[in-house]
Amino acid sequence: MSADTVPVTGWGRTAPTAARLIRPRSYEEAVAAVRGCGARGGIPRGLGRAYGDAAQNAGGAVFDMTGLNRVHAIDAEGGTVLCDAGVSLHRLMEVLLPLGWFVPVTPGTRYVTVGGAIGADIHGRNHHVSGSFSRHVLSFELLTADGEIRTVRRGTPLFDATTGGMGLTGMILTATVQLQPVETSLMSVDTERARDLDDLMARLTVTDHQHRYSVAWVDLLARGAATGRAVLTRGDHAPLEALETPGLLAGATRARRDPLAFGTPRFPALPPFLPEGLLNRTTVGLFNELWYRKAPRARTGRLQRISAFFHPLDAVPHWNRLYGRGGLVQYQFVVGQGQEEALRRIVRRVSGQRCPSVLAVLKRFGDADPGWLSFPVPGWTLALDIPAGLPGLGALLDELDEEVAMAGGRVCLAKDGRLRPELLTAMYPRLDDFRALRAELDPRGVFTSDLSRRLTLQAL
Amino acid sequence: MKDAFGIPQSLLVLGGTSEIALATARRLVVRRTRTVWLAGRPSPALESAARQLRSLGAEVHTVAFDALDPESHETVLGKVFAEGDIDMVLLAFGILGDQAHDEREPVAAVRVAQTNYTGAVSAGLVSARALQAQGHGSLVVLSSVAGERARRADFIYGSSKAGLDVFAQGLGEALHGTGVHVMVVRPGFVRSRATAGLEEAPLATTPEAVATAIELGLRRRSETVWVPGALRVVMAAVRHLPRAVFRLLPL
Repeated sequence: MSADTVPVTGWGRTAPTAARLIRPRSYEEAVAAVRGCGARGGIPRGLGRAYGDAAQNAGGAVFDMTGLNRVHAIDAEGGTVLCDAGVSLHRLMEVLLPLGWFVPVTPGTRYVTVGGAIGADIHGRNHHVSGSFSRHVLSFELLTADGEIRTVRRGTPLFDATTGGMGLTGMILTATVQLQPVETSLMSVDTERARDLDDLMARLTVTDHQHRYSVAWVDLLARGAATGRAVLTRGDHAPLEALETPGLLAGATRARRDPLAFGTPRFPALPPFLPEGLLNRTTVGLFNELWYRKAPRARTGRLQRISAFFHPLDAVPHWNRLYGRGGLVQYQFVVGQGQEEALRRIVRRVSGQRCPSVLAVLKRFGDADPGWLSFPVPGWTLALDIPAGLPGLGALLDELDEEVAMAGGRVCLAKDGRLRPELLTAMYPRLDDFRALRAELDPRGVFTSDLSRRLTLQAL
Repeated sequence: MKDAFGIPQSLLVLGGTSEIALATARRLVVRRTRTVWLAGRPSPALESAARQLRSLGAEVHTVAFDALDPESHETVLGKVFAEGDIDMVLLAFGILGDQAHDEREPVAAVRVAQTNYTGAVSAGLVSARALQAQGHGSLVVLSSVAGERARRADFIYGSSKAGLDVFAQGLGEALHGTGVHVMVVRPGFVRSRATAGLEEAPLATTPEAVATAIELGLRRRSETVWVPGALRVVMAAVRHLPRAVFRLLPL
């Protein structure tokens, strides 16, 4: 076990704080780390893809979980895997795809750990069909503040507090996850353009249920009649017979020979110091225009690799450096069904402010899962990446928070680095249950993060 | 905790009646700051400053703090930090002195030096240690362009600020990589109570403008902030002027 005091940030590279980074390599070391973490507590951290301060703990300990990364058992018949919390979804895909299984839910990056996926109760493009990650978790082992290891099963309060609980109930050591069967490692993808927000919402409403995966990239720099224009992408796991259709994929012969191959392109990493302001209204405007024009008006059945469909950004290591030293803020919120007007107002507001957002993603959530602080609720969710240095951004996002809270919606804690604490109770009605459970389970506040301090996620 | 834009939730002001500090506190309270500690010599001015910030919705405490009593700093500031994390310390105390008078009265001149420099050394070190222990926080130090180059008109004040400036820069180096951010703010001539009646220098600014620059500096995690920003270039030139030329300038 090694420990160094280092500055730590989330993926957005804002608000660094220093912590002792402790990397347990066995369960015994993990127990020792939790028991000896000191007055300012500790927080588990996976691959650091949470945008804000969820996996930071100023002046205390941060438990780097990536040393616990064994896949223990795969049930290739029943489709379950038992693995350590520090195993990444990338690793799971490498291991599982050749066996004909896929992770049940993946976010926009494969580089998240299973522990992080449970702690943030991540969602993906299949939420309207498959719900969030916790729906597929059968049980997990949790190392709690008292140094004990508990087996936590579905349907218990501790399960619901931990899924989406941002690592604050304890350290997940292992998990058993139900998998998704696939015949090939390819996706059959439909693409269409939507000329404005209303067009996009209509298309999503009418046809979402026809596809397992569905997502829309929105051009938030487009104004006037084109406000909210978008490229809508839908996909399903390609069945074997789809490979027979000629000409749909370069290298189709290879794909036919090895339909479950998992290929991941990887370009050189971005250098650590890029100037600020590369992503400005001009460059992003240009990119958005090209991206929109490049997309086919309508195309169906194109075959794409899993990595290209789900995780295009993973091909560029450290893409967050593109935002320069100032970093980026991701703002993701959800508003319920029937609150379309709030969504329209927010999109108009962001477009009117000319926020240079390259990645603005709109999708529809299906049924919610029981996690107390789990983010998804049925409705519309929009996520945007914005350079943190944009003047007036803080005030703008505060206004959007008000709008979201008024519409009964919420912002995503795994992305957050700036929410006003006062709004949290309105957004997460089960917050008091969460605080009460924590007060009982962890009275000394052993599990603490910058996020929990900032938003007072512990009992008051 | 600071948010993603560097705005603190809790603020400790050393020199709680400073106009620049209060303009900054007002600005931060409107954004995120909920708890403010105003440290200064007990006075009606300190209480009225506290009332004003309370009316904006902040929880405000006042603490008796004397820059001229460095022995007490450990105890006084220790109590504040014991109450909870401080996300930002604004070191804002300082006196201008009266150059002509202080040249004749060395004891008065020493008082300027002790307040602006010696007091800041002890309060700065005490704060820095506490911030380092909590692993985060910003220490914002109000320096001055007067410390950049000695002028006939204010070299006693200027020399104290020069000392403070170098001290704060060095502290920034010492704390690099500890999660603590040290920011030196160098305003030009600030129109305020303290400078009322004095002849205005070129590029004069206001406490509100300094507050705006501080908020921007927090967001950018700047190490040095000039107010107005043009002073950075002007002073770079002024610093290198030969003395014979500098004397001829109407400064």
